[in-house]
Amino acid sequence: MTIIASTLGDAIRFIFEARESRAGTVEVGGLGEIGHLAGNHLLVSVTAVLIAIAIAMPLSLWLGHIGRGQFIAGSVANIGRAVPSLAIIAFFVAFLGSGFTNVCFALILLAIPPILTNTYVGVRQVDRELVDAARGQGMSETQIVRRIELPLALPTIFGGIRLAAVAVLATAIIAPLAGYETLGTPIISFNVYGTAGQVGAALVVAVLTLAIDAGFAGVQRLVTPKGLKVARGGRRSTRPWPLSPRRVQIP
Amino acid sequence: MSAAPVIAEGGFVRDRSGDASCVADNGFCPNWIVDNLDRYWDPLLEHVVLVVVSVGLGFAIAVALGLVAHRQRWLVTPLTGVTSAIYTIPSPAMFLLLLPVSGRGDLTAIIALTAYTQVIIFRNVVNGLQGVPADVVDAAAGTGMTANQRLFRIEVPLALPEILAGLRIAAATTVGLAALAFLAGAGGLGNQLSTASLITFKSNVVVAGVLVTLLAAVLDLLVLLLQRRLTPWERAVAA
Repeated sequence: MTIIASTLGDAIRFIFEARESRAGTVEVGGLGEIGHLAGNHLLVSVTAVLIAIAIAMPLSLWLGHIGRGQFIAGSVANIGRAVPSLAIIAFFVAFLGSGFTNVCFALILLAIPPILTNTYVGVRQVDRELVDAARGQGMSETQIVRRIELPLALPTIFGGIRLAAVAVLATAIIAPLAGYETLGTPIISFNVYGTAGQVGAALVVAVLTLAIDAGFAGVQRLVTPKGLKVARGGRRSTRPWPLSPRRVQIP
Repeated sequence: MSAAPVIAEGGFVRDRSGDASCVADNGFCPNWIVDNLDRYWDPLLEHVVLVVVSVGLGFAIAVALGLVAHRQRWLVTPLTGVTSAIYTIPSPAMFLLLLPVSGRGDLTAIIALTAYTQVIIFRNVVNGLQGVPADVVDAAAGTGMTANQRLFRIEVPLALPEILAGLRIAAATTVGLAALAFLAGAGGLGNQLSTASLITFKSNVVVAGVLVTLLAAVLDLLVLLLQRRLTPWERAVAA
């Protein structure tokens, strides 16, 4: 017990105070370095998720609207789950080179499946009678997507973005192997940072991820249309689709 | 076969390569792969052991929890909450946060991997059992079956497709997560991608990446076969 407590205490000290590296040659840790690494970590993660949204959301809104491509949405989810994130990063680094851009590309690839699948599922589970009613009122197809399907699918879409964000934040930990410094640096360079650095950085990543996950959960509630909340009556476990959004991504 | 090679930076890449110039240029070298394939055997086995032990253990725990929660419904919400929270912690962070508790090595990796399987399998067990039509359970009760008989002869068999679907997802996910077990000081194929010089060596990345992806596919197929064996009526209905 005391060992656990002292290791954790040391790890937390590492976050706030700089110290000598294990070899004693450089200063490591402290809020300055951790802040810089966390900034890098967030920068690459946010960029990747935003680009993934820009790619995946219009595509699957359209696919969902015309009711095609269930096979694509399903297989993208399955492939996304089967290919390990480390392998994706490794392929990008080995064949395209290292650095911010390539890490970002790999993370985009990782973020697309949950967003694609959830958007598709979200649009498809919109009551078809609503869409027909909108069409009967003379709404154009674009209007149907923007005013009916998108608002009703938003909670599910945000669920997908949330999964993507969590997966990307986790995978950005291995970015230092690809030559981009993130909070993974102290985790991977054990020889420089030691156990305190490893555990300290892991703590920061875990807190950051849980906070962002909780933030998205809040957003998800906020964007849920009032009508949907009433209709569901708090029973959120009903799954109208065989691909439950939670199943899609790996931590 | 010789003992497991020490994956030292540089040494791993250079020696006994069948195609020295190709390796020096960091091309994609089929000859090198053929010559060095035996080096991946031990990491592959370690990977398989990590996955099989964690998924097996995780399956046993999650099914037990699911059966208990099926009887005591109030447990479903807290158990779902806890398992989902665990699942949200990034796996690399989890491996390291366990280091002070269980030290470097396979034990830490297995604890983390087992914890991650819970949310998937538990959810499917509970959903599967809840999905059994009430009429069927009532009919079983009417024939005089006790609660335990109903559970094990009626409800569990009917929930099997969903339970095994959870096992499939858990197995595939765990193969991917185990690739990061090197962070906990455990072995596995992830070790082959764990340094900058290994991760930039194309031939190595191809072999390790393909092996780990193949492993996920093979396990998926095995559980699928098990599912078909255990639930022959599913096919009868589909046909």
